[in-house]
Amino acid sequence: MAQIGENLLGLATFKGGIHPPDKKELSADKTIVEAKSPKRVVIPLSQHIGAPCKPVVTLNQEVKKGEIIGEAGGFVSAPIHSSVSGKVIAIGEFLNAMGKMVTSIVIENDGKEEWAAIKDDPDYMSLSPERLKEKIKDAGIVGMGGAAFPTVVKLSPPKEKPIDTVILNGSECEPYLTGDYRLMLERSKEIIEGLKILMKVLGVSEGFMGIEDNKPDAVKTMKEAAEGQNNIEVCALKTKYPEGAEKMLIKAITGREVPPRELPMDVRVVVQNVGTAFAVYEAVRYGKPLIERVVTITGEGITEPGNMLVKIGTLVSHLIDECGGFKDKGLKVIAGGPMMGFAIPSLDVPVTKGTSGIVVMTENELVHTEDFKPCIRCGRCIDICPMGLMPSMLSIYSEKGFYEGAKEYNLFDCFECGSCAFVCPSKRPIVQLIRLAKSLVKP
Amino acid sequence: METIKKEHQLIISVSPHVRSEETTSRIMWSVSASLLPATITGAYFFGPQAVFTIILCIIAAVFSEYVFQKALKKKPSISDGSAFLTGLLLGMNLPPSVPFYIPIVGSFVAVIITKQLFGGLGFNVFNPALIGRAFLLISFPKLMTIWNEPTAAFVHLDAKTTATPLGILKEEGAAKLIEVFGDKINLYEQLLVGHRAGSIGETSVLALLIGAAFLIYKGYISWHIPVSFLGTAAVIAWVFGGKGALFAGDPLLHLLSGGMILGAFFMATDYVTSPSVKKGQILFGIGCGFLTMLIRLKGGYPEGVMFAILIMNCFTPLIDRSFKTKVFGAKK
Repeated sequence: MAQIGENLLGLATFKGGIHPPDKKELSADKTIVEAKSPKRVVIPLSQHIGAPCKPVVTLNQEVKKGEIIGEAGGFVSAPIHSSVSGKVIAIGEFLNAMGKMVTSIVIENDGKEEWAAIKDDPDYMSLSPERLKEKIKDAGIVGMGGAAFPTVVKLSPPKEKPIDTVILNGSECEPYLTGDYRLMLERSKEIIEGLKILMKVLGVSEGFMGIEDNKPDAVKTMKEAAEGQNNIEVCALKTKYPEGAEKMLIKAITGREVPPRELPMDVRVVVQNVGTAFAVYEAVRYGKPLIERVVTITGEGITEPGNMLVKIGTLVSHLIDECGGFKDKGLKVIAGGPMMGFAIPSLDVPVTKGTSGIVVMTENELVHTEDFKPCIRCGRCIDICPMGLMPSMLSIYSEKGFYEGAKEYNLFDCFECGSCAFVCPSKRPIVQLIRLAKSLVKP
Repeated sequence: METIKKEHQLIISVSPHVRSEETTSRIMWSVSASLLPATITGAYFFGPQAVFTIILCIIAAVFSEYVFQKALKKKPSISDGSAFLTGLLLGMNLPPSVPFYIPIVGSFVAVIITKQLFGGLGFNVFNPALIGRAFLLISFPKLMTIWNEPTAAFVHLDAKTTATPLGILKEEGAAKLIEVFGDKINLYEQLLVGHRAGSIGETSVLALLIGAAFLIYKGYISWHIPVSFLGTAAVIAWVFGGKGALFAGDPLLHLLSGGMILGAFFMATDYVTSPSVKKGQILFGIGCGFLTMLIRLKGGYPEGVMFAILIMNCFTPLIDRSFKTKVFGAKK
């Protein structure tokens, strides 16, 4: 199984990309610790791409940890479970990390941590693919790299799109974040088991894992964990943002290019995050629903950065307290990584299934881009765009209101990785302008 | 948890939340700095008058930009270094001893007419310094073609005037040019060092190449335009540059003389007025090289770099439209 996307240095990669300061040293050495169980959790009914859940609990109802509280609202959806045991004290509109008011269920924690029935099934590999898939579906697992796309949907490709390869994404190319890295070091065996389950569900014989080569110990640990598995290969990838973007990762590892507006399954590949694989393992082996995840709490503005196992619905303010509070003055708090994450409007927003990190920035790291300059057509964004687009032209068209014109420059192929805005010497809000154009014209 | 909330006002902005340290003004000032070796060499060979000309160009350019933006109630952007660079480039493209109003008129045309009236930085179609120079050459043909003889002394009283190497080549042929410089090796040497008549900043090829190497090393310019420009010019010079026979020309002579090096590395590579896509840049460079040699060999002027770049500036929007990048995954 050769890596086709190899470059001259022998490391697989893609064309374009950038090298932002990775800042992973802030939290890379911190082992995953369990965050204190909060007094109450706010669990949004829409934490994924797709239809929101329908609540299946009522006010004042007692719930157990792992009990279903919201059922999937459609095919592209995922059920939601209580992350604590306690009482439902509110069902209503609450602020989420994106600044939207979303229907959420608030549960007061009784501190008993009483589980709804879960059971260890060590013989899980003998289960049929359909049964495995059912378990993954019932556990409410979604992509944990950030996009939060329901995993079971990815595992159910239409018949005419056969899959031959599963890739686990351990590249974690966003600066600051170290949750996947820690998980790979601390739960390597479980991740490989998760990959094997995914491969069995999809009936494929080839599994890959892609890890950026700035994490050599993770590569080593995962290689050791995969030893003896002839059909699983752990690949070191060139450290470059956005190496972990699905299309870039597929290109680097298999050499296949997903055509514009098509999906990985169109080139017979399914990509899953390492965190997702771990959740899949826990769901299949123990019947454990997705009620907690690893979150990196980091940034120059936090007193004690770390990687924490956090219950879904825990408020960001609780985590910041856990990490010793703001050092100096935290000015910008990002849910996710600094390249694609959201600056949160309030600290009282909950961690959801897709929250990979909380990054606290201080004045020193802030970039003031209020008075950006005109495009000088230096072409830097064109050289680095991983999608081969011309972000400069997109931004100019959008700025002037020629939204239709932006379509000539393949507006809708942009996945908003932010590389263009990162390199722009005029500090233009290219991604924002592209989003604006996207919102105003039809594809 | 409530305590934290009250104390902090969070800043909300769109992703990405990290940016590179590169800024427009840093690029402009770096390009200006890369021109320093050639400026110093020019000052050394052409004396205080040359320094005065360059300084006047810079002051006039910066002042023009400031006054224009003030008059239009825009925020003056002179600190971004773009007007400074335009002034510097214009000064380097002028003969050493021009009357004081030449730099002023040239800078005005460059900054106000060529750049600001088109919408300011980023919106100009033509290279501002070159339009400034073209305007001067057409308006003051006599003054703009008085070339001082370089002297290695600091005091330049009564500088003698002489012809540029390209002027001699055009009027009297290659044999005469070699005769003037003694022999061929000496001719090349003098051209490399910059000990020859010409515009203030164009003469020292070595000093210019030091600056160009810095720009390429820093990634401020790429090889595409200079290499295709110089390569095309060299091939044409070799094939058609000889007297009487094909393949008898002297490409090296053409590359080292006139404004070829200054033009290829510092003028044709101007971001705003050259194509942004690499393939387009190569076509742009080929066009510049071709037109330069067409003018040098067949045109009325001894030198063609300026008009070649300006003509290719016209094609930049067209080239940019025709050479769109290939979208990831799209069929070839």
